[in-house]
Amino acid sequence: MNTELKLHSLTALFNTPDEIIHAAEKISSEGFTKYDVHTPYPVHGMDKAMKLKSSKLGYITLIFGLSGAAFALLLMYWTMSVDYPMIIGGKPFFSLPAFIPVTFELTVLLATLSTIIGMLTFFFKFPDNNNPLIDSDYMKAVSSDKYGICIYANDPKFEKDKILALFESLHPAKTSEVYFPEKTRYPSLEPKFLVMLLVVAILTSGVTYITLNKLLYIVPFDWMLKQARVNAQSKSDYFPDQFGMRKPVEGSIARGFMPYEYKDQLQQPEKPLTNPLLPTKKVLELGKSKFLTFCSPCHGNYAEGDSRLNGQFPNPPTLHSNKVREWKDGNIYHVITNGQNIMPSYASQISREERWAIIKYIRVLQRAKNASDSDIILSKKESALNGTK
Amino acid sequence: MDIDYSVELPVVEGRPALADIERVIARPMEEKPSKKFFIALGITTTMLLFGAVCLGLTFFYGIGMWGNNQPVGWGFDIVNFVFWVGIGHAGTLISAVLFLLRQKWRTGIARFAEAMTIFAVMCAGIFPLIHTGRPWLAGYLFPYPNQNGLWVNFTSPLLWDVFAVSTYFTVSLVFWYIGLIPDLATMRDRTNNPIKKTIYSIFSLGWRHSHRHWQHYEKAYMLLAGFATPLVLSVHTIVSFDFAVSVIPGWHTTIFPPYFVAGAIFSGFAMVVTVLVFVRTIFNLEHIITLDHLEKMNKVILATGMLVGYAYGMEFFIAWYSGQDIERFVFINRAFGPYAWAYWIMVSCNVLVPQFFWIRKVRRSVPLMMIIVILVNVGMWFERFVIVVSSLHRDFLPSSWGYYKPTIIDFGILIGSFGLFFTLVLLFTKSLPVVSISEVKAVVEGAQPSHHGD
Ligand code: HEC
Repeated sequence: MNTELKLHSLTALFNTPDEIIHAAEKISSEGFTKYDVHTPYPVHGMDKAMKLKSSKLGYITLIFGLSGAAFALLLMYWTMSVDYPMIIGGKPFFSLPAFIPVTFELTVLLATLSTIIGMLTFFFKFPDNNNPLIDSDYMKAVSSDKYGICIYANDPKFEKDKILALFESLHPAKTSEVYFPEKTRYPSLEPKFLVMLLVVAILTSGVTYITLNKLLYIVPFDWMLKQARVNAQSKSDYFPDQFGMRKPVEGSIARGFMPYEYKDQLQQPEKPLTNPLLPTKKVLELGKSKFLTFCSPCHGNYAEGDSRLNGQFPNPPTLHSNKVREWKDGNIYHVITNGQNIMPSYASQISREERWAIIKYIRVLQRAKNASDSDIILSKKESALNGTK
Repeated sequence: MDIDYSVELPVVEGRPALADIERVIARPMEEKPSKKFFIALGITTTMLLFGAVCLGLTFFYGIGMWGNNQPVGWGFDIVNFVFWVGIGHAGTLISAVLFLLRQKWRTGIARFAEAMTIFAVMCAGIFPLIHTGRPWLAGYLFPYPNQNGLWVNFTSPLLWDVFAVSTYFTVSLVFWYIGLIPDLATMRDRTNNPIKKTIYSIFSLGWRHSHRHWQHYEKAYMLLAGFATPLVLSVHTIVSFDFAVSVIPGWHTTIFPPYFVAGAIFSGFAMVVTVLVFVRTIFNLEHIITLDHLEKMNKVILATGMLVGYAYGMEFFIAWYSGQDIERFVFINRAFGPYAWAYWIMVSCNVLVPQFFWIRKVRRSVPLMMIIVILVNVGMWFERFVIVVSSLHRDFLPSSWGYYKPTIIDFGILIGSFGLFFTLVLLFTKSLPVVSISEVKAVVEGAQPSHHGD
């Protein structure tokens, strides 16, 4: 043995479990604290002989098990009743009985994983392949069929000769000294190891890159991107006119359809219909949104006939003309439903109610454009009430 | 026969020296594999390859390659899933439940049974994945925040299944690995080959057989056993919910959870016996995996077989007692309809055949028990077939009644799953100790101090 090396521990080997129990009792009663017993399997009664306190591992299990249960319940509560509430099978949003299985599984999962990870890292300080005991003859013996005891050199009562004498008095099969090795067995900065890490890093990133950027766009992994179907606005060779988007078949009637008595009549009707809606906030908001979608591209955002179509298309007229202002609601309805000259019919896109709401909104625009003094006073008063200018 | 029950029978036959036990168990890993091993591996990998080709066809052309269609929407996929999950129950049962019940005879077979559990659950896991048609999107099964703002449906039994099976797999794997650590350390100390030594060192994490570690280790083992016990019961319970929570007559019964669990133990033990019989002779482990162990396993098979038989009878009784016409029809159709052949295979293999285990000679005769356990495996596969197919093929709408015929692809994938299972078993026997070295050492006579417990 190289005496220049630092001493790690003194060890003694025994042949029977009885002897090792006796030895452990003796060493612990001598007051040593930094010592350990190594046996090929757990020997019963050793906890008592070594005067060990019972394992605290169970607390980790308890804490993490309970957190698992709480996490599962909170997750299910939040997803199923807060974030995306949905009635399934007529059950309440928070239906505890249906949540039990997942709660149980997550409790078990978290409890077991935390117990094991906690034991290996926190209690054992693993991985620890650089420990000087590993690969010693002593370790090889206790790994197989011997029972060993070892006292570490950092024990406050450590005195080499005294301990060797103590060991002799216990009649061991063999005693030995274990030294710290000259260099660590698995140095983490070894070039080989670093190269291996590099290779692993390159491989994983390469595989990830190929998966995310190439593989996922290959049939059948491509999320059904390519399918035998017609996309909106696209051409289709199936129909003679090659339009992918089709008009409803002649004579088909939509749900809730009500016939319009002046349909296809070119002149404005003698007795126009009356608007069934009241200018409530909800109606005006609906009217605004539909107006902006369907009418503003031609007639302009404020119905002034100033859209960007100006000059590219027979100018869509302003809707603030005296003619339109004096029209009954039913006359505008007639234009939307039947169209007028170059303006097409919007009957298939806009429902009846929406048409009436649009008209109410046009009336708002008209009044705002031609506001009287009393209107201005009224609106100032309202703004003051609402706290806006 | 007189047995003195006050004296515990020795778990390990004879009184082998600790070093001998180790040598016997470590031998398969230290010797070069024999020609027979390669022949066996060749057969299993061929089966595996066949399955892989069938799976490839399924992925490319879609699951229209399989026989299931209206009205039998679940076919071999789910039958095989339930079959393999069932097999996967024996391992944890042996390692956890028998551990808590202080059944020392479990030590010889626990490691192997646990490994079989893991492999069986791997086989089982394939089927729910592939039956979705797009298994690469399986991530959707887990609740994770996504752009669509969608969550999984936590009230669905199919989702419970995802959690149950994945938890079961993880916990079984961890349990198995924890048991392996001391043995890997022993293997590390035995070998002189630097590559093997590095591998064993990495996986044994620096285990030193220290008693300060053993103390926590035993505690952890007990805690894990405590959790694995309800877990193993929950898994097949939840699998049975896949059926029982639906409203299909023939599935919608309250007896399903205990019935499924009993069936799982039954089939799992049968599979463990099937494999152990070979392992103990091939690797000369007869005195560690003794006839006594096999006999005890056979007793469990007998008991659970009768539980399963009881469940079969009770299902019929309740169908009659409920006074429900449709329920009655389904059960009469099950026993006498187009799938009567499957039903009677199931009854004879699962209920009648195990009755031979009442005879002690049969329980202790290796060839006879082989025949019985293989028949039990066949019967249990048919049980799942009967439950899935015969309940579906004549549903509420007589105009859509049909007869389910599996295709060659269906059989291919089933064969492939057996190939995977046995390939993994074979590789396991050559790479890891098939019996727990440290646990067996601890139960040899004279291994514990004589004044223990004073
Ligand atoms: C494709 C562009 C276009 C769209 C979209 C459009 N219009 Fe017109 N609209 C016109 C044109 C052009 C005229 C003038 C037709 C004519 O020559 O008589 C017109 C005329 C009118 C008239 C009669 C005005 C008048 O002085 O005779 C009214 C009312 C009207 N549109 C309302 C609407 C409403 C309401 C919408 C929304 C639902 C709408 N339009 C959408 C192009 C459009």
